[in-house]
Amino acid sequence: MKIDEARNYHKIDAVIVGAGLAGLRAALEVAKSGLAAAVISKVYPTRSHSGGAQGGIAAALANVSEDSLESHMFDTIKGSDYLADQDIIERFVNEALKTVYEFEHMGVPFSRTADGRINQRPFGGHSSPRACFAQDVTGHVLLHTLYEQCLQHNVLFFNEFQVLSLLVSDDVSRGLVAWDIRNGGLHIFHARAVLLATGGYGRAWKVTSNAHANTGDGVALVLEAGLPLEDMEFVQFHPTGLYKHGILLSEAARGEGAYILNDKGERFMKTYAAAKMELAPRDVVSRAEQTEINEGRGIGGKDYVYLDLRHLGRQKILERLPQIYDLALNYLKVDGIKEAIPIQPTAHYSMGGIPANVRTEVIKDAAGTVVKGLYTAGEASCLSLHGANRLGTNSLQDAATFGRIAGIHMSEFCRENNFSGLPAQPLEIAQGKIDRLWNGQGKERHAPIREKLQENMTKYLGVFRNQDDMLKMLVMIKELQERYRQVTVDDHGDVFNLDLIEALELENLLSFSEVIVEGALARQESRGAHFRNDFPKRNDGEWLKHTLAWRRDGKIVLDFSKGVVIYPQYQPQERKY
Amino acid sequence: MAMIDISVKILRYQPGKDEKPHWQVFNIAVEDESTILDVLNEIHWQHDGTLAYRRSCRSSICGSCAMKVNGRNVLACETPIHRFGRKLKIEPLSGFDIIKDLVVDLDPFFAKLKRIRPYLILDKPAPDKEFVQSPEQLEQIGESTLCILCAACSAACPSSWPNSEYLGPAALLKAYRFIFDSRDDGADQRIEIVNDKNGVWRCHTIFNCVEACPKKIKITEYLSRLKVKVVENSL
Repeated sequence: MKIDEARNYHKIDAVIVGAGLAGLRAALEVAKSGLAAAVISKVYPTRSHSGGAQGGIAAALANVSEDSLESHMFDTIKGSDYLADQDIIERFVNEALKTVYEFEHMGVPFSRTADGRINQRPFGGHSSPRACFAQDVTGHVLLHTLYEQCLQHNVLFFNEFQVLSLLVSDDVSRGLVAWDIRNGGLHIFHARAVLLATGGYGRAWKVTSNAHANTGDGVALVLEAGLPLEDMEFVQFHPTGLYKHGILLSEAARGEGAYILNDKGERFMKTYAAAKMELAPRDVVSRAEQTEINEGRGIGGKDYVYLDLRHLGRQKILERLPQIYDLALNYLKVDGIKEAIPIQPTAHYSMGGIPANVRTEVIKDAAGTVVKGLYTAGEASCLSLHGANRLGTNSLQDAATFGRIAGIHMSEFCRENNFSGLPAQPLEIAQGKIDRLWNGQGKERHAPIREKLQENMTKYLGVFRNQDDMLKMLVMIKELQERYRQVTVDDHGDVFNLDLIEALELENLLSFSEVIVEGALARQESRGAHFRNDFPKRNDGEWLKHTLAWRRDGKIVLDFSKGVVIYPQYQPQERKY
Repeated sequence: MAMIDISVKILRYQPGKDEKPHWQVFNIAVEDESTILDVLNEIHWQHDGTLAYRRSCRSSICGSCAMKVNGRNVLACETPIHRFGRKLKIEPLSGFDIIKDLVVDLDPFFAKLKRIRPYLILDKPAPDKEFVQSPEQLEQIGESTLCILCAACSAACPSSWPNSEYLGPAALLKAYRFIFDSRDDGADQRIEIVNDKNGVWRCHTIFNCVEACPKKIKITEYLSRLKVKVVENSL
């Protein structure tokens, strides 16, 4: 394949990978500053998984009861099990109100209080009703509104492009190479600044709330570029995944008063979090559910419990939680007005990701050395705002706020810096990936390998972990990586080659999953969403620090010298709800 | 849960290989609780890797997987096979150019969206906090904001098929959503755009869009309100 330079080479100030909330918010900021911003997305922007977020966006507006920035800050710190960096949280809560009011001024149809202000509902781990919401489709309306704003401000869109390699050398980002899914062909994007807003990595699990697209591509590309990942072992399991499907039933249900029940009809959260009950943070509730299931108190002894909305009444269910109602009805034939809904913990949110500083600049070591021109925001990033466990509704706020912050700093950077030179053979890595899948001699197919990875990540790297299970998983990942080298695809066509894309995504899943397991094995403690039966206590003496991981000479190398930023007034305490 | 044998007839088109679309039948075994998307995944992953279709969220919110199954426009992810029995006939949405198999060209669909200026237009400065909007004012537009842009409505609309210039139900619904938003000052601009033979008047209240909409949005009703607004505006 030749490079058609005229068609396949793009020179653009700011190139943003990912069209979710973080990517679009950044693109809007760059475009409004008068620079050229391009968004590259593997799906049409409105298909991005930010749209799957349901319950709300956190901001201490205090519209329905007293609230404060300090309270939002403390709740987030405690929710993170003290692993989050407190300077990041401080910036976050300080910007959160502005982010929500901006959205409202863009036209987001927030649900309203009787006096016409943005309505707010309670959410797990937040000590006041802080979730600004639009029914139970908050992410959907935020995403669509931002997309429309980007249309207004002439953001360039490269829809259905899959990024295959980052052009980073000598600690400088120069651009990237992407495959045009619709037409075929590799494209070079030469950029002053690049933002990785590629979302989470929950597709490594079988039972997951994540979209097919959430294969952690940006995370894997960073690792491939010789840069580190941070805290990858921290993955949140959401307590209310729809049974068997894993798809999300928002915590908004519990925010509105829903119960979680075991086989005996007990609100078992009283045993685990007597004060907060169902509105304890997600790590706590998921562990409680899994314990009930493991001890035989799942419904009929099976691997699920109930989410019970019935006492909320028909009107409240249909007004406040219509999507949840429809999902249960369509997928399980369960009428949430009359019946309790079967649920189970589902892999949901990636706390770990690409390390960056408060300016969203990607860093390459524990000292915080910046990779020039490379930025990250949203679920792909690890700033670390969420530490070991994220609070519900902090993710939409994170993506939007740090998306905007990324856009501001990228714009500054673009004005002060010229385009950096491209490497001599920019297409080499990307071309190699495609050639191997098209021209290799192997007989393996991608689907069974992915299936085996996902099934076993759910089995061995779930809510509860232990050394034996994780060692088994590590061996299996190595085997699967070996088998992947023999993968070829059926489809050799240029146009919309889903076979090729899925095979490329599998390489990413296999790559970062190894980091997740290595990090989880090394971290011999339990903190937030990472719980080890063999080390059931949090150990601040040894483990109050971040995990950085590189792939060097085919092996994962870990470094624990990156400390946690802790303010004197927010010292770690025992975490009780 | 049990395995059942089903027959799946899919309209295939591989550019550069096929002169025109043709049917291909797959006889496969799947779980009886499968969705249409599960069936497509099964075929793609286990039988024929060359099959192309769009999908992402699996939870009826991203709008990727609208397609025609046994003559009805549905989201593949939320539609159980038992709705159709053991014989499935799956084809791409009508009215759009086929890129490959079940994947159609939606660029014209999104371009129409842009034409109606789908963003809040303000003549006044924004307040320090939020605009005040009563629950009743929100109610006017609430349902219309649930649109996921899946294009099932446009593909079901007989007025859209012969006329690629027609704005179509989704873009017109979006025009409604902004014109009836109490915060917006851009109604006049948008009314000028939709008051056209290829705008709101091309809607002949056939209600196909309402039947096709996976979000059960009463599109025709909103478009009728839009027509009234256009008339009122010209009086």
